[in-house]
Amino acid sequence: MQVLFDDIGFVIMATGVLAAGSTALLGSFLVVRGQALLTDAISHGIVLGIAVTFLLTGVTTGPLQLLGAGAAGVVTVLLTEALSASGRVRRDAATGLVFPAMFALGVLLLSLFARDVHVDPHTVLLGEIGYVWLDRVTLFGLSLPRSLVVLGAMLLVNLTFVAAFYERLSVAAFDEVQAGLHGLRPRAVTVALLGLTSMTAVAALDAVGVVLFVAFAIVPAVVGLLVARRLHGVVMVALLTAAFAAVAGYQVAVWLDLSIGGCMAAMTGIPLLLALTPVGRAWQMS
Amino acid sequence: MPSFLLDPIVITVALGAALLGLTAGALGTFAVLRRESLIGDTMSHAALPGVAVGFLLTGERSLPLMLAGAVVTGLAAALFSLYLSGRPRIKRDAAMGTSLGLFFALGVVALSYAQRMPGAAAAGLETFLFGQAAATLRSDLVLLGCVTLVALGAVSLVWKQAKLMTFDPDFAVAAGADRRVIEAFLTAALAVAVVIGLQMVGVVLMSALVVAPAVAARQWTASLGAMFWLAGAIGAASAVTGALISALSPGLATGPLVVLVATAVVCVALVTSPRRLAQVDG
Repeated sequence: MQVLFDDIGFVIMATGVLAAGSTALLGSFLVVRGQALLTDAISHGIVLGIAVTFLLTGVTTGPLQLLGAGAAGVVTVLLTEALSASGRVRRDAATGLVFPAMFALGVLLLSLFARDVHVDPHTVLLGEIGYVWLDRVTLFGLSLPRSLVVLGAMLLVNLTFVAAFYERLSVAAFDEVQAGLHGLRPRAVTVALLGLTSMTAVAALDAVGVVLFVAFAIVPAVVGLLVARRLHGVVMVALLTAAFAAVAGYQVAVWLDLSIGGCMAAMTGIPLLLALTPVGRAWQMS
Repeated sequence: MPSFLLDPIVITVALGAALLGLTAGALGTFAVLRRESLIGDTMSHAALPGVAVGFLLTGERSLPLMLAGAVVTGLAAALFSLYLSGRPRIKRDAAMGTSLGLFFALGVVALSYAQRMPGAAAAGLETFLFGQAAATLRSDLVLLGCVTLVALGAVSLVWKQAKLMTFDPDFAVAAGADRRVIEAFLTAALAVAVVIGLQMVGVVLMSALVVAPAVAARQWTASLGAMFWLAGAIGAASAVTGALISALSPGLATGPLVVLVATAVVCVALVTSPRRLAQVDG
């Protein structure tokens, strides 16, 4: 067992699969609900949360950071909604204002006060999946990479959430008014979904960074929508796409000596292109 | 006058920032009014592979080539998202997110390849992520100046059609305007607005410099002409302020500073706007 977790290639691929999978799982529901770009807003917004949590408590990892930065992601969405609800700024412009401002402030704070810590702006943007095996924790007598443990837990939480609220998520996915009439409290489910997405973004940050998170949240779900007809099919295809991209991306990156995170995210494009070919289209029709 | 303001490097940085802020802010007017703010975000992220390829073609820092590459990949990303959103069940925002994520990922990959080349560090490829004002060279000013002149000149040539197309596309078509031509023109203008500031503000935050000045200007005026120039002025002022702060304190990336200044202007505009209590339609 321990041999497996000492194998750098395995650890990096497993981290990638867990990060991509837990992201694509929640991303599917957001994409189906027409809220795809909230993942963009959230992933940038959490950077301010990471900076503020660090300045207040000095932590750069752990549950406190997960909660603090996760809350910041939800705040980003709520601020955007409040600004566009004021009627002064349209929704797209409100989105384009709020998250860059929060991200800019977060990056500035990090480059001013956290230079020597591993949460520098560059890592936040692109992740450092190549080094995830260095930071380890001991669990059940095994020495495990921290990212792997955190992301594994995150995937379990997300799977539990989706399983427990699948019905509500799928109703709310298509008709929030209808869901409300059935007493399903769509708002509470939405906020929980956004909160979990934010925490997943924080957990996946070391592995994939802010922008590649967006690729894993949206592209696999779009592939799912292109080839599957029902919601659970969309989710399954999205998970498969994410896992494929992480494994294939690692192989390509090692083979050609390129950015691992970049290759993993770019590899989601292969299933997408396949889904867009006549073969993919025929599958959807059948 | 403090002596650092006469320093040739500081003057170069300030002039460059003023030019790109003016262009991005003014051209952003159309993007915000046409509800295309997030296309700007897609394009600016998608500029990264273009910058890297522009560098790989010559192996040295050639700003015109890098920016040309950025325009090409930015427009390609916009077209790809347009194609995707034409497919059944794919919503527009998912299409934009797909384009943004994939093109940026390709950019990261291309960047990691380019960085192995000799001269990559000297070309300051990394600075294209968050922007570095101090990387502006004197020779860049000529390019920035030409782009500014051409972009603003081109907009003034088609001003009437662009105005009609922004507020009443149906009437514009009925009046004989070619919808596709004007829309392609406005999208190209947005691409130029995004690309012009890449070096100084960076791909990650450039779209905010296109959106924020226009939003601020909109709070103060309802006239398209006034909004255009006011947004340009706000863009220029934000860019110069942010660039000077960052040029004076080494290690601070320019992008975040410029965006925070522009956002501060938006906050002031929202609080002081004469339209504060009126419901807004524009």
